[in-house]
Amino acid sequence: MSFLSATDGITVLIGYLIKRLLQMALVLFAVSVIVFLMMSFTGDPVFMVIPIDSTAAEIEQARRLLGLDRSLLSQYWIFVTNLLQGDFGRSYVFRQPAMDLILERLPATIEMVLVAITLATVIAVPLGVFAGANPNRPISRGIMAGSLLGISLPGFWVGMMLIFFFSVRYQFLPSSGRGETVQFLGLRLSILTGDGWSHIILPAVTLALATLAIILRITRAGMMEVMRQDYIRFARAKGASRWHILFGHGLKNALIPVVTIFGLQLGDLIAFATITETIFAWPGTGKLLIDSIYRGDRPVIVVYLMLTAFIFVAINFIVDIVYTMIDPRIAVK
Amino acid sequence: MSETLLDIRGLKTHFHTFSGLVKAVDGVSFDVRKGEVVGLVGESGGGKSVIGFSILRLIEPPGRIEAGEILFDGEDLTKKSEVEIRAVRGGEIAMVFQDPMTSLNPVYTIGRQMDEMLQLHTELAEPARRARCIRMLEDVGISEAESRLNAYPHQFSGGMRQRVVIAIALLAGSRLIIADEPTTALDVTVQSQILKLMRRQISERGAAMILVTHDLAVVSEMADRIVVLYCGRVVERGRTEDVIAHPAHPYTRGLLDSIPRITDRQHRLRQIPGTVPDIRELGSGCSFRERCFRAQPLCAEKTPELAPVRQTLDAACHFPLEETKA
Ligand SMILES: Nc1ncnc2c1ncn2[C@@H]1O[C@H](COP(=O)(O)OP(=O)(O)OP(=O)(O)O)[C@@H](O)[C@H]1O
Ligand code: SF4
Ligand SMILES: [Mg+2]
Repeated sequence: MSFLSATDGITVLIGYLIKRLLQMALVLFAVSVIVFLMMSFTGDPVFMVIPIDSTAAEIEQARRLLGLDRSLLSQYWIFVTNLLQGDFGRSYVFRQPAMDLILERLPATIEMVLVAITLATVIAVPLGVFAGANPNRPISRGIMAGSLLGISLPGFWVGMMLIFFFSVRYQFLPSSGRGETVQFLGLRLSILTGDGWSHIILPAVTLALATLAIILRITRAGMMEVMRQDYIRFARAKGASRWHILFGHGLKNALIPVVTIFGLQLGDLIAFATITETIFAWPGTGKLLIDSIYRGDRPVIVVYLMLTAFIFVAINFIVDIVYTMIDPRIAVK
Repeated sequence: MSETLLDIRGLKTHFHTFSGLVKAVDGVSFDVRKGEVVGLVGESGGGKSVIGFSILRLIEPPGRIEAGEILFDGEDLTKKSEVEIRAVRGGEIAMVFQDPMTSLNPVYTIGRQMDEMLQLHTELAEPARRARCIRMLEDVGISEAESRLNAYPHQFSGGMRQRVVIAIALLAGSRLIIADEPTTALDVTVQSQILKLMRRQISERGAAMILVTHDLAVVSEMADRIVVLYCGRVVERGRTEDVIAHPAHPYTRGLLDSIPRITDRQHRLRQIPGTVPDIRELGSGCSFRERCFRAQPLCAEKTPELAPVRQTLDAACHFPLEETKA
């Protein structure tokens, strides 16, 4: 895209956006099919909604009401058209729209995940840069050994240890719930209160640990590769400071895989914070998912999976845009 | 005789690799005077680039400057702290690297990479820096310089990148330019233009240049003095006219004989027989002896020291060539 005029640039960009939106729609369609099929093959939800002592006729009636008597294809058709109209079904258990249930809990999950991933990144990237630029220093070896620990320790165990030390033994931080929340832009948030912070810190640390280790290792690998390059030596020959060489010249070239992993981890944490949320009784979507699976609350599970797919697709899109901002050789097309 | 700018004395730069000790530069001495161009020549692996990197202290482990002094304006660069040497790098001494394709950072614009040099080493304000960058790009023959400032390296051809790297080296008004094969990616006409430009810049500011090249034709045109390297040692050193016309070392003679000459039709190209030995396995004795047509038993026993052979010429050979009457 050398020396394109501005209007050419905009045409390219619009074309790119349209292409990406179509791709996203395609992915979501595929996910809807998979989710629908999975749901159809995993037990009959009718038993979740009727009393145990129902008669055969009552069961039949409930079936009809839920649309379970129709063919698979027409069930899917109804499912998709409802989705497109913004009707995501009602929870069998709560008798509320499933989407509302999830959206109500989503802020709790997202704020915890954002705290976790910020923590992870802010620590992992500088350490990774250092370890990559000085691979033979004892400190670097120590950092790498520590990161292996971070990857291999199971999250639930770390969470329980944190609770044991900080909540039980030293009674220093609370072990469950969100603490005090305040309403901000229609969202209930913990991170705006001191009490909320004291509640969020342990689950966030638990969640951050593995991500921290992964981002650190990816950053280090990238930096080791980049520091061998001629342009790093040339930057040194210009008299640039060590700091500027590492974070100005080096890191930006090592960033593509880091951003990739960051995006994947972000989606992963939002979608699957279930274990951590369960341990810390954090009232987020992960806990809702577990509860819904126990209760066979199919509409909630479906919406959850669709939303998760959407979040992944959206993050992926943003990551691709970020690529082009980092590396001019990656052009939108 | 003008003042000495750079004086390298007994420089040894060794690499402690897994497969053995590589004495890439092993006791090299030469000096560079103000306003002068010194040519460093010799076959691949002779240690030319390592000398350049040593001057700027860009040698990284497993490499190390083991011994010697690098006096720049009387101050020993090998003794400077990392912070002190940083002001020298790019400021007092600038270097053009051998490989122009990879010297530029792919994720920053040309303009930004040029500007970095000026930000680091001048007090100029932004508009003045920009103007200087545009001027310099034009000087090295890049058209539409102003719009090119916003381009990225991958949008440039190899030749253009090489010119940008040269422009960066000339930008901050350094007193010594180390140019490592600066014109390899350029075609012949452009090459001589760029060399002339560098030459002019050097003499205008009373700076000096170390020109590293395989190309003896280029050296004979550009350099005031020549230093010939073989296996990390200086084998011959002297005024360009003398070295070219009457080399004293058989190796230099061999290099000269392998240049194609248009004036001499009958003259068949003579390559130096054999190949450069593995410098990890050099023992005592002259390292050129396996390939030398004058070798004697003494050459295997005793390493020849660099010594004056004639008034303006030193060579490291037990049996130097006589001054021939051409
Ligand atoms: N980082 C390194 N590690 C190990 N050995 C090295 C390293 N850098 C250079 N050497 C060795 O030092 C010797 C001199 O290399 P140098 O690059 O200075 O040669 P040169 O004269 O510049 O050759 P060319 O004409 O090919 O550029 C070579 O034998 C090379 O293998
Ligand atoms: S010392 Fe001997 S082997 Fe070495 S260049 Fe001179 S004559 Fe040849
Ligand atoms: Mg070289």
